[in-house]
Amino acid sequence: MDMITQWFDWMPNLVPGLLVSLQLTGLALLFGFPLGLLFAVMAASKPVPLQWVSFLFVEIGRGLPALVLLYLLYFSLPDAGITLTSLTTAIIALSWNTGAYASEYFRAGLAAVPLGQKEAALTSGLRGWTGFRLIILPQALRISTPPLAGLAVLVFQGSALAFVIAVPELMSKAFEIGSITFEYLSVYTLTAVIYGTLTLVFLGLIRVLEQRLGRHLQRT
Amino acid sequence: MIMDLLPAIARGVGLTLYVTGASLAIGGVIGLVLVGAARSPFALVRAAATFYINVVRVIPPITWLFLIYFGLPQFALRLSTIQAAIIGFSIIASAFMAEIYRSGLLSIPDGQREAAHALGLSTVTTVGHIITPQAFRVALPAIATYGIGLLKDSALASTIGVREITYYAQQAAKQTHEGLLSFIVAGALYIVISLVVALISRRVDLRLRKKIGVA
Repeated sequence: MDMITQWFDWMPNLVPGLLVSLQLTGLALLFGFPLGLLFAVMAASKPVPLQWVSFLFVEIGRGLPALVLLYLLYFSLPDAGITLTSLTTAIIALSWNTGAYASEYFRAGLAAVPLGQKEAALTSGLRGWTGFRLIILPQALRISTPPLAGLAVLVFQGSALAFVIAVPELMSKAFEIGSITFEYLSVYTLTAVIYGTLTLVFLGLIRVLEQRLGRHLQRT
Repeated sequence: MIMDLLPAIARGVGLTLYVTGASLAIGGVIGLVLVGAARSPFALVRAAATFYINVVRVIPPITWLFLIYFGLPQFALRLSTIQAAIIGFSIIASAFMAEIYRSGLLSIPDGQREAAHALGLSTVTTVGHIITPQAFRVALPAIATYGIGLLKDSALASTIGVREITYYAQQAAKQTHEGLLSFIVAGALYIVISLVVALISRRVDLRLRKKIGVA
């Protein structure tokens, strides 16, 4: 019982942290997903330099641990004369990381659209961008959505990494409370419960989303 | 400059490999128990295994590490940073490995089990000589991929003070003010290790395929 009252006392301090975590996740997804789509389209494009640029960004974003990417930007941007807040740095690092992983899912989605669709679009006079936007992309997005939603959950968990560069998110707030009260076990248990509950809620939403997206496949 | 940084940061490779390898091995064994429990005839055991796997997976790795490293000493259970990191990553790896084993087992057709039964093989022989070798071959690429993922996650151990690659890179960045270069070196080390692991797993995979005689 003691622990529960403690938890209620801490909530006012933790909730602002959680909001920062959610903001960080939301912005990383908002920038990361379009970036991923861009990387995927670039990788499939004809000009070789574009393919290289896409390859480089995707492999760095995926190959480096997210933590190293975060430190890399945090320690190197000020040297280059760019001073950003730690939150902005975290958003850039996480967006890059998200974009790199998302590009693989987009690429798989684009590859899964049958070639006949592209040919049919061409035959109907929908060339280039128009055909891509109206025919290929909607089908590819439907295929990529479930793995992208799974990635979104991982990004939420990854937002906890921003703690290391002093972004005032949930993990930092928990650490703060821990250092003041020495109740590390209790405060991190609460943090774990918060992360776990929200993740479960997101996973539940994804299941609903998947069912909705698959509706056109079900015969009634 | 890079000639000074590389040896300074490469000192961490040993502990990075140690933490990753030990966690993958321990997690792999616990994962076997979990996947066994998840298929047990007792509903309670099944529910417990599923509960464990889900709880582990929905909590971020860094929260696990802090919970273990800062939280457990309250029970007078003092852990070194390396022990805490290995325990934390083993717990996380066990849940993911259990899922990998499960998908490996699912890929084995029921006919294999039935055929073994028809030939009069005992359950132990069936699991040991028929199911496991086939399931392992299916699961190997996924295990290698997860191993590489765990390698990258092991960078988190630097946050509780394990002296691995990221820890030394961070020190070098602070001492030399060569932040960009330090973390590029660290990143390159991670990528090189990942590539080596990927190459080895591909060779083993090819060899296993040859042995079994499927292309």
